[in-house]
Amino acid sequence: MLLLIAFPIGSVIMQSLYAQHEQVIEIVENCGPFGCTKEAAVNTEATQELRDAQPLGRFVGLENYLNRGHLAVSELAEAWRLSDSWGDYGNRIMNLPFYSAIIFTLTFTFIVTPMAIGLGFAIAIAVNSASKVLRGPLIFVSLLPFIINPLVGSLVLFWMVDARGVLGHGLQWLTSDPDLSVKASTPLMWIMLMIYGVWHTAPFAFVVFYAGLQTVNQDTNEAAMIDGANRWQRVRYVTIPHIMPLVTFVALIQIMDNFRVFEPLVSFSAGAHATSLSYYIYSDLGGETRLLNSAAATSVLTIICVGILLSPVLVRTWRDFKRA
Amino acid sequence: MTKMTKLLGATAVATVMGTAAYSDAHGCSADGRLNIIGNEFPAILSVAALAQACDGIEGEANLTADHQSLNVPGMSGNPAEYTAAVVANSSIVALINEDVIRPLDDLVGEYGTGISPSQLITVNGKIMAVAFMANAQTLMYREDVLNDLGIEIPTSYEDVLVAAAMIRDAGVMENPLSGAYASGWNLAQEFVNMYIGTGGEFFEAGTANANVNNAEGVEALEMMAALSEYMNPDYLTHDSNAAGAEWEAGNVAMMNMWGSRAQVLMDDEGSTPQVADNTRITAPLMVGDSGVPATTLWWDGWTVAKNISDEDAAATFIAMTHAVSPALLNDDTMDQAVWLVEGFVPQPVNEGVLSAVAAGSKPYPMVPFQGLLHTALANELADFMQGNESAEQALADVEAAYTSAAIESGFVTE
Repeated sequence: MLLLIAFPIGSVIMQSLYAQHEQVIEIVENCGPFGCTKEAAVNTEATQELRDAQPLGRFVGLENYLNRGHLAVSELAEAWRLSDSWGDYGNRIMNLPFYSAIIFTLTFTFIVTPMAIGLGFAIAIAVNSASKVLRGPLIFVSLLPFIINPLVGSLVLFWMVDARGVLGHGLQWLTSDPDLSVKASTPLMWIMLMIYGVWHTAPFAFVVFYAGLQTVNQDTNEAAMIDGANRWQRVRYVTIPHIMPLVTFVALIQIMDNFRVFEPLVSFSAGAHATSLSYYIYSDLGGETRLLNSAAATSVLTIICVGILLSPVLVRTWRDFKRA
Repeated sequence: MTKMTKLLGATAVATVMGTAAYSDAHGCSADGRLNIIGNEFPAILSVAALAQACDGIEGEANLTADHQSLNVPGMSGNPAEYTAAVVANSSIVALINEDVIRPLDDLVGEYGTGISPSQLITVNGKIMAVAFMANAQTLMYREDVLNDLGIEIPTSYEDVLVAAAMIRDAGVMENPLSGAYASGWNLAQEFVNMYIGTGGEFFEAGTANANVNNAEGVEALEMMAALSEYMNPDYLTHDSNAAGAEWEAGNVAMMNMWGSRAQVLMDDEGSTPQVADNTRITAPLMVGDSGVPATTLWWDGWTVAKNISDEDAAATFIAMTHAVSPALLNDDTMDQAVWLVEGFVPQPVNEGVLSAVAAGSKPYPMVPFQGLLHTALANELADFMQGNESAEQALADVEAAYTSAAIESGFVTE
């Protein structure tokens, strides 16, 4: 426990309080096939001396958290001063990378989780009432979206919604708007990402609920039938209360899963319209300009968000188990 | 980061072209270890294959689009995993900043007789890399479409807008323009081209303070927005590969495209003869009246790791030198790039890059903090392109994002 959780979190927190050393810059002459130019370059020896003296970097305290890339306190105040309406203030907030990432992540989590649970439950009820011969193939087909690698699954959908793809073209035909492009519109892109999210995660809810349905007490169910309860009433008053602990469990897993939404954003090349916290950390870590301290600060903020988000579910689970 | 693949495209054919066998290793024998990290496209595959064919060498190569996230970690250890890295003018900066590559002066003196002085990349008087090919984005156009409508070959972006309007009005193509405008690295690169074309400077002279929120920056962004009106509505997701596919599908008449991509678009694979035979590549476009083409020159070259034994460094140097010697050039490799190698005969597909050099284009800046600015542009420009905010606001965001990253990286002090 200490090694797996406390140590990495401790190291990330530590790193988020530092920034890289000041680089010793000098103007040098660079030459190549296209001629010579005078340009700035890092004096590696002098910079290395600074690094050796303080391997962790410069201590900057909370500056990484408060700068524009994260909580952006001064930019928020500035936006508040300049904006003339709530809508304008909202736009200015969405212009800040951390806030736009967290707003998308939360929207995604809170829309996809209940929809995936609902859809998963509906599939489970439907499969459970199908004839025994059909159940095997039905379960397999329903699980497919979950089995397919998220990158591949979202790439398939991405090509289908292309302006020249099946779905994209179909939408243009339906709306009689030849310029309609899912990939060019932020709202449509968000909807597409969420549809993908539901499609990908519903099978997990389904398979858990399906297992739960096998343990529903048939005596209670038959008694309800004799009492004249119709199908809906039996689902509402017998099945749902029985599998309620499972709903908590699935919600817990799904919130954790959806909160770290990442792959569809990569496959959909959605960077222009939507970024999530994971995507933001990834883009800080990648490439030739690695901002490790910035990534660390985002990670700490993400951990705090996950803690806040999961607390109600965790409290509930803890109570359930205490009762049991 | 997949930047180089995106900019050079061509992964699809890379495997085919790169397997050209080099049976003869004449004039190359070295004793030691060679392990190359680099991007994957036809020209680099050919170089790597020839280097590994050297007699007595223990050769390996890891050529992948992810090379930029692997090269620094793979060269930081002691001994380094990779003995050579293939880099470009932007990516060598990270290796120099991290101090993982060695100056080559002594090796050039001892073994580098075949290398011409213009191939040597020197930083502060020290030779840090050997360049072997040049690249640039220039105008690609469809000769048949322009001829049918009596349009002259555009020389500026203003001409391109006029031509695009004529093509659309004539009902020939709905979206006659394309380009690598995918939000992210590509879009930032298009801005870098356009901004250089308007005569802008990226930083305040002598400092690392970004300076793009100015009249030139606004002019560059507004030209990009005007061009996007004539592009496929999905243009913000089109990288070089997707733009190339649009081209091969015959949907596009003009685009600003990488020279290294020309060979793929001008051959008869993946397209109809109508498109392939009428595809031409020519000089880079101008914008405004600055007199500087709106493009950047790039070189690709190789470097030698610092943390390896002198024997391995010498072996790596000998093998890589051989790989970029005239032995490299044959019928298969000749049109893969604009080779900076003796004996190279320019091919029709190379015309764009050569005229970019002739027109006095500027090289992509080899400044340590240029990468941070490029990343900030990559993250902040899409909002403007979608019409969500003004050019001034987008450029102010770029400067703000750059500044917070540059403070964290230690380039700027508050």
